[in-house]
Amino acid sequence: MSKFMLRMTGIALAAFALSPGAHAQAPIKIGSPLAVTGGASFLGDPELKTLQLYIEKINGEGGVLGRKLELVSYDDGGAPDKAIGFTKRLIEEDKVDIIVGGSTTGATMAMVPLVEKAGIPFISLAGAVVIIEPVKKWVFKTPHTDRMAAEKVFEDMKKRGLTKIGLLSENSGFGQSGKKEALAVAGKYGIQIVAEEMYGPKDADVTTQLTKIKNTAGVQAIFVFGFGSGPAVVTKNIGQLGITLPHYESHGVASEEYIKLSGKAAEGVRLPAAALLVAEVLPNSDPQKPVVMGYSKTYKDRYKQDVSTFGGHAYDGLMIAVAAFKRAGSTDPAKVRDAIEQTRGFIGTGGVVNMSATDHMGLDLSAFRMLEIRNGTWTLAK
Amino acid sequence: MLSQTLQYLFSGLTNGAIYALSALGFSLIYNASGVINFAQGEFIMLGGVAAVLLTSAGVPLPLAILLAVLMVAVVGLLLEKFAIEPAGDADVVSLIIITIGASIFLQGVAQVVFGKGQRALAPFTGDAPIVIAGASLLPQSLWMIGTGAVIVLVLAWFFGRTRLGKAMLATAHNRLAARLVGINTRHVLALSFVISAALGAIAGVVSAPITLTSYDVGIMVGLKGFVAATLGGLGSGVGAVAGGLILGLTEALAAGYISSAYKDAVPFVLIILILFFMPRGLFGARVTERV
Repeated sequence: MSKFMLRMTGIALAAFALSPGAHAQAPIKIGSPLAVTGGASFLGDPELKTLQLYIEKINGEGGVLGRKLELVSYDDGGAPDKAIGFTKRLIEEDKVDIIVGGSTTGATMAMVPLVEKAGIPFISLAGAVVIIEPVKKWVFKTPHTDRMAAEKVFEDMKKRGLTKIGLLSENSGFGQSGKKEALAVAGKYGIQIVAEEMYGPKDADVTTQLTKIKNTAGVQAIFVFGFGSGPAVVTKNIGQLGITLPHYESHGVASEEYIKLSGKAAEGVRLPAAALLVAEVLPNSDPQKPVVMGYSKTYKDRYKQDVSTFGGHAYDGLMIAVAAFKRAGSTDPAKVRDAIEQTRGFIGTGGVVNMSATDHMGLDLSAFRMLEIRNGTWTLAK
Repeated sequence: MLSQTLQYLFSGLTNGAIYALSALGFSLIYNASGVINFAQGEFIMLGGVAAVLLTSAGVPLPLAILLAVLMVAVVGLLLEKFAIEPAGDADVVSLIIITIGASIFLQGVAQVVFGKGQRALAPFTGDAPIVIAGASLLPQSLWMIGTGAVIVLVLAWFFGRTRLGKAMLATAHNRLAARLVGINTRHVLALSFVISAALGAIAGVVSAPITLTSYDVGIMVGLKGFVAATLGGLGSGVGAVAGGLILGLTEALAAGYISSAYKDAVPFVLIILILFFMPRGLFGARVTERV
């Protein structure tokens, strides 16, 4: 930037600061480090779009506490070191009132010590259980966890009398975290994991692993924990081998793409999914239906893209924050923190949120719906 | 028991065929220029993605394949003209680094143009598996193996029997000497990129029904292809195919009989061993460097 430009910016800033009423009407600042680019951009991109869309909408309706909302967003690319730098900047220079962001668990956990020290409320948009266990005073999160996905699957298996299963997990962060949680909670539901195999996210053929699972004595079902194209390859291979065991997937495949890629091999597959992805098939009596339909429509109208649960997490985070500002009646960090902790019966895209001093996520297994793929589309499993 | 082993072998063949097709592209450019082209995986990705886009736009499959291969060949030419050629007489290491940059660039463009989603190409001859003694193999795997074999034969004929092929070999061996005997080494380098881009595109199209395709599919395929080419001996067509199949089969057998958690590690251990005892790979030329 040239000296001239710097000077002009300085003059403009000074003029803004001196203008009457600028202080009285100072916006409420929402800080948001997100993985907008890079490998985790599928998280950060819809999150940023959602925040921009809804902050614009809320401001159009008069803002919060008579003040406008202002989004201060930085792209951390999912990298923890960058997230640390941007969080420092948000706290010390931008002086934000709350942080809603942290697309990945790595970035979130790197940010935690900073917000705890500074005493700024932080609503994370990342998945892992470690974010809220043990409970951290200033840290909350909106997404459901992979442990809940595993529990939902095991609950359904138990109901169908399936107790001996083969677990096939992807050797990616998502798959391995899921495997760890699945192994941890299996016992609680009386599930015995008799075969345990792994595959790579870009493997073109996993018939070896599937043959091993199929030939394990007593195996009654297959549970695949993976994300993206890997599970589609697994599903096609299950079809190729003619395996007829009940087949469960994780919430990582809850997208139209999975059905399209897997073709008829996906028929009969069961998986837990957030209500947002199956807004249309929810019964009208479902309390989440109006929320998820509203968000889907607003997002699709604006961006001409399908919604993902990730954008939904950002919606939930923003709405919980806004409600907390209103309940607290101010932006005082301590009051806002307490107000977030008192969130009860908030209906978001991720489920019904009931937070408490010991639960900074506030979701239970009802946040997931058990789905079955029938005739190439999602149906609610009976 | 037999059917189980046979299934492991089929699985290894399917993965191995993909690695082999990818390895052939590495070998070709290495033959012609001594450069290891790390954008080879991206040629494969582009071939698959282009074929998927064309068929979904209603172009019949054979025509879509032809167009996809031509388009990627043009990309190969542009890459050589705008990235490799301006580097002039830069040494091989610099050229290799340029190809890494080109790979990142192509991925970025593909991500913006085609989006981040995954697509699948329809199998050429249906997806009803062929069942042999209780083990099953997809017809598309046979297409991949067959394509690999045809490419090896064509390349052997090209480098052994045609003037152009021999000119390419001569250029790779000694660029100055090749120039002295009247070979236009610029054209040779450009041609080698065009051919290996086309080869990559063919590999991409043939494997797309199995690997599925997306902007980032080239990374892993390219990496494994490079490993396979090194294992078989860089510059050897037969070596590339052998290297690919050995890699695929070892992975499958390791997953089947040892543990799928270590399946990626076992082939790499194998490679370290082979390269330790045979530094030029299984089928690599025995060259003595004169000092």
